[in-house]
Amino acid sequence: MEDTKKMIHLEINGIAVEVPEGTTILEAARKVAIRIPTLCHHPDIKAWAACGICVVRNGNSPKLLRACCTEVAEGMHITTHDPDIVQIRKTVVELILSTHPNDCLRCPRSGNCELQRVAAEFGIREVPFPRPAIERIPRDTSTPSIVLEPDKCIKCGRCAIVCQEMQNVWALEFIGRGEKMKIAPAADVPLNDSPCIKCGQCSAHCPVGAIYEKDETSKVWNALRDPERYTAVQIAPAVRVALGEAFGMKPGELSTGKIYTALRRLGFEAVFDTNFSADLTIMEEGTEFVQRFTQGGELPLITSCCPSWTDWMEKYATDFIPNFSTAKSPQQMLGVMAKTYFAEKMGINPASMYVVSIMPCTAKKYEITRSDEMQASGYQDVDVVLTTRELARMIKIAGLDFNNLPESDADSILGEYTGAGTLFGATGGVMEAALRSAYYLITKEELADVNFTQVRGLDGVKEATIDIKGTKVSIAVAHQMGNVEQVLKALREDRAAGRPPRWQFIEVMACRGGCIGGGGQPTLATDEIRKLRMEGLYKDDREKAIRCSHQNPQIHKIYEDFLGAPCSEKAHHLLHTHYTAKPVYAK
Amino acid sequence: MSQETKTLTPELRAFIEEWKPRPGNLIMVLHRIQQTYGYMPREIVLELADLLEVPLAKIYGVITFYNFFKLKQPGRNLIQVCLGTACYLKGGDDIMKALEHELGVGVNTVTPDGEFSTEAVRCLGCCGLAPVIVINGEVFGKVTKAMLPGILDKFRNK
Repeated sequence: MEDTKKMIHLEINGIAVEVPEGTTILEAARKVAIRIPTLCHHPDIKAWAACGICVVRNGNSPKLLRACCTEVAEGMHITTHDPDIVQIRKTVVELILSTHPNDCLRCPRSGNCELQRVAAEFGIREVPFPRPAIERIPRDTSTPSIVLEPDKCIKCGRCAIVCQEMQNVWALEFIGRGEKMKIAPAADVPLNDSPCIKCGQCSAHCPVGAIYEKDETSKVWNALRDPERYTAVQIAPAVRVALGEAFGMKPGELSTGKIYTALRRLGFEAVFDTNFSADLTIMEEGTEFVQRFTQGGELPLITSCCPSWTDWMEKYATDFIPNFSTAKSPQQMLGVMAKTYFAEKMGINPASMYVVSIMPCTAKKYEITRSDEMQASGYQDVDVVLTTRELARMIKIAGLDFNNLPESDADSILGEYTGAGTLFGATGGVMEAALRSAYYLITKEELADVNFTQVRGLDGVKEATIDIKGTKVSIAVAHQMGNVEQVLKALREDRAAGRPPRWQFIEVMACRGGCIGGGGQPTLATDEIRKLRMEGLYKDDREKAIRCSHQNPQIHKIYEDFLGAPCSEKAHHLLHTHYTAKPVYAK
Repeated sequence: MSQETKTLTPELRAFIEEWKPRPGNLIMVLHRIQQTYGYMPREIVLELADLLEVPLAKIYGVITFYNFFKLKQPGRNLIQVCLGTACYLKGGDDIMKALEHELGVGVNTVTPDGEFSTEAVRCLGCCGLAPVIVINGEVFGKVTKAMLPGILDKFRNK
C-alpha cells in the first residue's frame, strides 16, 4: 500500500528525507540513521507522548514537537539534536530519576531497563533536583504470576494501555492525578481480585522494574539441592526460540539442545519437553474435535491451552464454557504423566518428585493450582513454573556459558516430539497441529502437505476453510485478547439467529503472536522479534522427520502402555479438566 | 456510622438508561450519582459499570482524576473552605486550621458523630467576600475565627 501513498519531503538535521504521508518524525529520522531517544514509545501501542524526551524543533519555532506522535509535513526542517534540545531531554530524565528509587543493583530489570539505558546515554552523573517526599506505595504480590512495584513506576502508561487496548482486560488503570497518579486496579482491590488474567503483557512492556514476574527460582534451587527430591523439568515450545536472547543470540535462534544441557547441568535428573505433551494434547483434543464434529457435539470446539484465555472465559464468557476443549494444556499433561506413567516406569516414588516447568508465560504459574484437577496424579502435578526470564537468571547464576554449551537430547520418554508439537508456541500452531491429525483421524489417510499456512502470521483473527476429503471445516484463530471479542460476538450472533456456528474449531491465545510473545519471555518484544521467534518454531517443525502428533512413536507407546486410547476413561481422569463460572467484580 | 449496602434508585436507573445511548454519558451520570449520594458509593459504581457496559477501571480513572468526585462519604454537613488566591491572602488557611481545631478532625475527614467534614476548594467566585466558607451551599463571607463556633452551631444536629 505504501507506494500508493503521497510522499512527503522534509529535512532532518539538513538531510533530505522522503517518506510516505502519515510517517512520524521519529520513524522518518530512523530512516536516515538518526536516533531520537524515547521512553514511553513502544511500537505495539499508539504513541501518546507521555514522557517528552523525543522533542524536536521544526525550523525556528519555539514550540517543540514530540517526534513519536507528530506526523511529517511537506517542507519541515527538523532539528533533532542541538544543545538546547539535549538539555531539555536531559532535564526530563533527571526529573524522572529524582523520584525513582536508587536500587538498580537489586532490580529485576537491571541490565535491560530503558530508563537505565537512557540515563547512561545522556551521561547523567548527578541529579540536580532534591528528592521530593513521596508516599511509598506497597508492592502488590496478590497474584501468583506478577508483582506490581509502583514505587519504580515512571508513569509512561504502557502497561495500562496494553492491558486495556491490546488485551481488553482493564485490570490496570491510571488512578488519581498528577504526582499522586498511580497505575493500579480500580476500586482499591488487589490485582488478583481485579479482572487481571495474569497474561503478564504489562510486565513484558514495562520499560523499568515496576511490573515483573513473581520470582520462584529459590524454590527450584532448594529442590535441586534436596537429595530426597527427584527433580524433573519440562520446557515449553516458545522457550527454545527466545531464551538465547538473554545470552546475545538472535531472536528465533533455536537453542533446544543447549537448554537441555543447561537444565542437566543445573542438576535436573529428568529433562522432558512440553512439545511431547503438546502431541498428547493433540491426540486428546483432536479426538475430542473429531467426536464432536462427526457425532454431533457442542461446536465450535475452542482450544484451552492458554490459561489467561481460560481465566478470561471463566470470568467474562461463561456462555462458551460448553465449547471449551476439556483437554488439559500440555504443561499439565506433562506434569501428570511424569508423576504417574514415568514414575511407575522408572520405579520412582511420585511423592518425592518435583516437577518444574519452564514457560514463556506468567499465567502458567496460576494454572498449576487452578483446580483440584491439577492434582490428578494424587500430588500437585506441576510443582513450580519458571518463566523464560527466570531460567535465564538461573543459568547465569550457575555460571553456565550458555552460548558454548554442547547440545544434548531430552529424555526419551516424555521428551520426543514432532513438528506439530513445537508449533504450539505460535498463534495458529495448535490449530495447525490439530488439523494435521484431525485429517488422519477422519480419513485414516495421511496429508500430502502438512503445512496450513493460512493460520500463520500476525493478523489478529485468521479464518480458513479446510477441505478434508470433501468435508469442509471452518476454523478461526485469534491471538491478543483484544481480538477475541469480535470472534465471540460473531458466534453469539449466529446463536441468536439460530444458525449453526460459522466456525467449527477456534484457537485462542491471549498474547500477541501466541506464546512466543508471552508475558514471561524476554521483555520488550516487538512484531519484528515475534516474527523471528515464530520463524524459529516453523524451522524446528520443518526440520523434524515426523511432523504429525499421531505419528509420534512415543505417543503410541504411552497409549499402549498406559492410557489405552485417546479420550479413554483413564485419559479423561488424568488429562482432562472442567471449567466453571467465576465471580468477579464487574469488568 | 451505619453503612448499609446501597443500590441504584429507580430514578437513577431511569436516568442512566436515558443517557446510555448518548456520547459523553459517563460524566453526566457520575455527576448525578454524586448529587444523589454525596459521594461515589462503590456498590453503586459497580452497578453503573454493568449498566453502562463500561469497564470499572475506566470509571475509576475518571472519578479519581477529578477532585470533584468523592470516594468517601462526607459528613452530614459539608464545609468547603476557599483557598483561592484572594481567600488565601485574607487568611483562608487560618480559617481551615481553626476549623480543624474546632471539629477535632483534619481536612477530608468526617467527625466521629458524622456531622461535619471539611474540604478545601479553589475560587468560588466571590472574592470580595474573602475569606469565604460554604456549608451545604450556604455562603459565609468575611469569616473570622471567632465566628466559626456560631456558624457551626447553626448546622450541628439540625
